[in-house]
Amino acid sequence: MPASKRPRASSGSDNRVDDFYRDYILDHYRHPRNFGRLERADAEAEDLNPLCGDQIRMELKVDDGLVSDVRFSGKGCAISQASASMLTERIKGMKLADVAKLSKDAVLEDVGIGISPTRMKCAMLGLRVLKSAAIGELAGWPDEE
Amino acid sequence: MLATDPKTERIIADFPILARPTSRGKRLVYLDSAATSQKPRVVIQALVDYYEQYNANIHRGVYEIAERATGEFERARVKIARFVGAEVAEIVWVRNTTEAINLVAYSWGNANLHAGDAILLTELEHHSDLVPWQLLAERSGAELRFIPVDNRGLYVLDDLDALLDGCKLVACAHVSNTLGTILPLDRIVSRAHAAGAVVLVDGAQGAPHLPVDLKALDVDFYTFSGHKMLGPTGIGVLYGKRALLDAMPPFLSGGDMIHKVAYDRSTFNDAPRKFEAGTSNIADAIAFGVAVEYLEQVGMEWVRDHERRLTGYALDRLAAFEPRGLAIYGPRDPELISGVISFNLADVHAHDLASILDTEGVCVRAGHHCTMPLMEKMGWSATTRASFYIYNTEADVDVLCAGLEKAARLFGV
Repeated sequence: MPASKRPRASSGSDNRVDDFYRDYILDHYRHPRNFGRLERADAEAEDLNPLCGDQIRMELKVDDGLVSDVRFSGKGCAISQASASMLTERIKGMKLADVAKLSKDAVLEDVGIGISPTRMKCAMLGLRVLKSAAIGELAGWPDEE
Repeated sequence: MLATDPKTERIIADFPILARPTSRGKRLVYLDSAATSQKPRVVIQALVDYYEQYNANIHRGVYEIAERATGEFERARVKIARFVGAEVAEIVWVRNTTEAINLVAYSWGNANLHAGDAILLTELEHHSDLVPWQLLAERSGAELRFIPVDNRGLYVLDDLDALLDGCKLVACAHVSNTLGTILPLDRIVSRAHAAGAVVLVDGAQGAPHLPVDLKALDVDFYTFSGHKMLGPTGIGVLYGKRALLDAMPPFLSGGDMIHKVAYDRSTFNDAPRKFEAGTSNIADAIAFGVAVEYLEQVGMEWVRDHERRLTGYALDRLAAFEPRGLAIYGPRDPELISGVISFNLADVHAHDLASILDTEGVCVRAGHHCTMPLMEKMGWSATTRASFYIYNTEADVDVLCAGLEKAARLFGV
């Protein structure tokens, strides 16, 4: 289901975190999409979030400038793993040049709810690693750009 | 649930923050005192009094408020000395435990450690009692050794004499900040001294929770932070035996630590002021003195008994979650640990668990607790840590357990 069709979080403050652990996020955490390794990757990167110890590795197959396949691997909290899983669904078929330009808004739209400042790095780790793979060097933190 | 005893009720009433509900309208259940403690009203008031009534620099001004500031600042040093059983001149003000350990590593370490010497640590050390010694080992050529811990987080002292051979310094935590393990000082200090080693004890988690008599413990250096024991941030203490402090060169230099200064050379003040360059954290030191007075009135034996009882209650309640995958790390004996319990709930990541507990008003720490080598050795990527202090109750543990129920339900474990 596209991110824009997902039910949005209610605005009630009492549900902030409960919302974060909504079914589709826990589903991506329990059953990550495109999880594993590629036999041969055209672009790859990995990094960790020193605060939590979350780890993400992204591997891309690129044909004619388009992302034809992607795998991610890693471990960490539900927020880091689910947001990485959702990213892999989003970028299949995208131009690699456009992947390099993805902003934090893409991730925030995928997860569909607000993230507290201290958990922002968890949500952005997957995107940082993905952009690093796309540009061939370590990218900055998307939330700091 | 057990009824809260009247003394604990009175203590809770002294902490304004505990009466403030969270933004979700929950009662604040503060289980992160190993990171920093809450502050009683008298400590907060001491900070306000200094700034409102007698804010002035110390050791110089001859006017009334400067005399009062100097007097209160030095009286705080006397209070700290009494609290830990030291002489007043053995109490050096620093910012925190980390600065105290760095002071010893640079001043004493640079002068006394050489290639071929050994520094003995334990596998439970906080980064602040590990990294300064790694850098000293690099500077001096000394070798780092470690007292091992078993898979329950208890010290293995079987090879202690071999580890102490050629050892100049033993540096170890009085209480582990990750697992709560209490260091058996009586089994280490005399053997270390017999081997010719100086003993530094990182008391960041010891001084707040255990009765400490430094003369009886016979350690050479002891370090602790005000903010973990009801005091403000930015103030801590290095205790050093008088003879050691006197023989050590200055660490930071500048104003207030000198005796006589000429353009080309200087002589230095006596310890402890030799190590207190620049204007100290005056208000924080004074308020720290008030904090230890508060702890003295509560009674450190009571503090230890209270935490032992609460830890036992929490261990019992947490054990009920074990069939659903709760893992408790560290020794499970309240006699062997201070009020610290590390755990994980099945495959729920520690940060997810902490976020869910936060929605119930429960403050816990999640992560590696500044003990990354220990986590690596044990194979834990992160743990959730609940830590207790004088204002915690069985009711707090019950709210923690209700939060665990919620997390278990959300994650389907």
